[in-house]
Amino acid sequence: MGLDVLIPALSLVLQPQVLVVVLLATIYGLFIGAIPGLSATMATALLIPLTVYMDPVPAIAAIVATTAMAITAGDIPGVLLRIPGTPASAAYVEEAYALNLKGKAQLAMGIGIVFSAAGGLVGAIILLVGAPILARAALNFSSFEFFWLALLGLLTSALVSTNAPARGLFSLCLGLLISTVGLDVTSGQPRFTFGVIDLYGGVSFIPTMIGMFAFAELLRGLSSAGTTPPVPERQKLWSNPFAGVGRMFRTYPWSFVRGSGLGAAIGALPGVGGDLAAWIAYGMSKRLSKTPEKFGTGHEEGLIEASSSNNAGLSSAWVPALVFGIPGDAVTAIAIGVLFMKGLNPGPQLFVDNPTMLTAVILTFALANLLLIPIGFFAIKGARHVLAVPRGLIVPTILVFCVVGSFAINNTVFDVGVMLAAGLVAYLMESNRFPIAPVILGLVLGPILERNFIMSMQIADGNLLGFFGRPVSAVLGVIVCAVVLIPLIRSVLRTRSRSTADIGAS
Amino acid sequence: MKVFKAALAASLLVGGSLALTGQALAEWPERAVTIIVPWSAGGGTDATARAVAQELEERFGQPFNVVNRTGGGGLVGHITIANSAPDGYTLGVITIETTMFEAQGLPGAAPENFTLLGRFNADPIGINVRADAPYATAEDLIKAVSANPGALKASGANRGGLSHLAWAGLLNTLGVDPEASPWVASDGSAPAMQQLAANAISIVSTSPAEAQSLVDAGEAKTLVVMADERSSLYPDIPTAGEALGVEWSPLPFRGMAGPAELPEEVVTKVSEALAEITEDEDFITMMESRGFSVAYQDAETFTQTVMRSRDALVEAMQAVGLAQQ
Repeated sequence: MGLDVLIPALSLVLQPQVLVVVLLATIYGLFIGAIPGLSATMATALLIPLTVYMDPVPAIAAIVATTAMAITAGDIPGVLLRIPGTPASAAYVEEAYALNLKGKAQLAMGIGIVFSAAGGLVGAIILLVGAPILARAALNFSSFEFFWLALLGLLTSALVSTNAPARGLFSLCLGLLISTVGLDVTSGQPRFTFGVIDLYGGVSFIPTMIGMFAFAELLRGLSSAGTTPPVPERQKLWSNPFAGVGRMFRTYPWSFVRGSGLGAAIGALPGVGGDLAAWIAYGMSKRLSKTPEKFGTGHEEGLIEASSSNNAGLSSAWVPALVFGIPGDAVTAIAIGVLFMKGLNPGPQLFVDNPTMLTAVILTFALANLLLIPIGFFAIKGARHVLAVPRGLIVPTILVFCVVGSFAINNTVFDVGVMLAAGLVAYLMESNRFPIAPVILGLVLGPILERNFIMSMQIADGNLLGFFGRPVSAVLGVIVCAVVLIPLIRSVLRTRSRSTADIGAS
Repeated sequence: MKVFKAALAASLLVGGSLALTGQALAEWPERAVTIIVPWSAGGGTDATARAVAQELEERFGQPFNVVNRTGGGGLVGHITIANSAPDGYTLGVITIETTMFEAQGLPGAAPENFTLLGRFNADPIGINVRADAPYATAEDLIKAVSANPGALKASGANRGGLSHLAWAGLLNTLGVDPEASPWVASDGSAPAMQQLAANAISIVSTSPAEAQSLVDAGEAKTLVVMADERSSLYPDIPTAGEALGVEWSPLPFRGMAGPAELPEEVVTKVSEALAEITEDEDFITMMESRGFSVAYQDAETFTQTVMRSRDALVEAMQAVGLAQQ
């Protein structure tokens, strides 16, 4: 891409109208993202009527800025109240909340925002430079590869992210079991629905997620088993909430590089996308860390890797959408509609016919991610006050948010019941030291895993070796087997030679 | 503290207003309407539904939010629409599969379970293969299928979905065993096209519009459409009659519907709005640019079309062994 394209594209982006739209969209995304239960998809859908009256670049910029900020802001209630804003932030909500309990809420939010912005920038650059190549590579992924990726995501969460793999595996299986409730993908037969029509569509994961994290936390507080985050010391009004974040780039440069690279790669795969990236990134961070024992106790490393991957994946989800018109998620599906409306029909022709406009659209990604930092600054300033509120007032408020958030997803009271039940189950699980995050991941990835497994088996005529029959699929299969077998082999070796066990374990 | 009190007040307001939504309707629509799409984001039904929802939004001044409820070959979404409260605030887009569920032993989503509001689109199904596939014509493909039974996998929707019936029915009409090209159940055309591009399957049975972006990208080609006459949008693609000398034209539709016993006011308003939308120049241009035809039918005609297609399709399903009765 030459300067002859880049400079006119820049002049399309650096218009007052575009800048104002991006600013407003970022603020709007901040509010949607910070309120648990209101999703980035909902925010985008509500934007569409406004985009009708805009030029193509501000219209797309509005969508991009809203989603980037909404997903980033989803980390804020995660840090403060242990309510993940999105399935992706569920991957590291425990870690972020643990930092808050150590009195480092501001640092946790600062990491979330700065590394999200940095990861998003990397994603935007990759989109700008390599979209057509990346899209072609993503097109080579069939159900065989998607199956292995989903399995890899599940295993890293159960075996790597938790300190007790057996308990993690139990939680994961519970999540997978819940994901089988509803009509079977292949045959359309109802499973585990017990004649309840509301269960035909399955157990929705947002009410479950709100219940398991937020409502369970309230229950723990009531039974006084929970720990209250310390109230931060009164700081000067203009103290820098990003203090200490810059140091993180120097301490953990590889976490950032790996996280954004992984996010960009996985985000480009249609239908799997950003949620999965954060989970794999967090798991990988722990596996490759020099201090894996610190994970889960309020350690910055995993947070950095997962937040960077989150937003990098958000940008690269647009790769298959722009190049082949295949949307990676509901947000890009809506955005494709907007592109068509503006006469920018997605497809390889767009790259040939209108490179300036396309480059301008991609540059808005960079702009939106840069804006995360100043807006995030004020968000952290404001959010700090939540911790100073007495518990007696904050508990009923969270409960209201839990109920409203669960109701708002499908507009059914049934989901409020799902939220309450999930909260009770999670409370019982946590008081017996079973981790919660793998349940949510099982629920999100279960249908993807099952669908791709069935499709692959139909293609391979029921031959399991078919999962190793394609080059990429075979490589992924070997990685998955290694993730499962290496800890097993290691523990066998350890029992054989107890004397060297301590060295081998690291 | 002040910040917190404001937040509390705001959240109580939100909670309060949500609690009031059960009230009787004054003038529909007085709040946001949910449009349920039974197929995955990015497929043809989703794309057209989003275009219609946006036009409805402009006309009624309330948000029309598209929600994808996928699974069970469209059954989950169809049942969700049929079972929603008949207050006009949950509507949906139904597809031809509604006429086929009952014959497959899946009750609860038959045409009688809905109030049909109007059709806005009807596009025939095409047979698509990889651009580098060694078949130049539909005839070559059929020969390859009958020469290597079981080798060429096809997909496009769930097992028993219209895409499946269209392909199996075509083979059956040509005297080829439908099982010679095994069906791979997928969640809609978008994942199936991805499988085709990744060279995991050989055939995708779906409308030319849904294959268009990959055809334009040089990854896929459409060999034939199962229709009585050539489409004005795709004049170069031969019909089944021309390419294979057989009559086989199952015509899928997309239309708006709500649960049974919708208030008359909602039926009239949506049906009239659809009539306007389908004559709107911008809407037509947008649909055609994506390869979708605009084919309006009012609530009554649409209901007749649906009932007629059911009779024809159930007969075809029995012939290829997809019906339970």
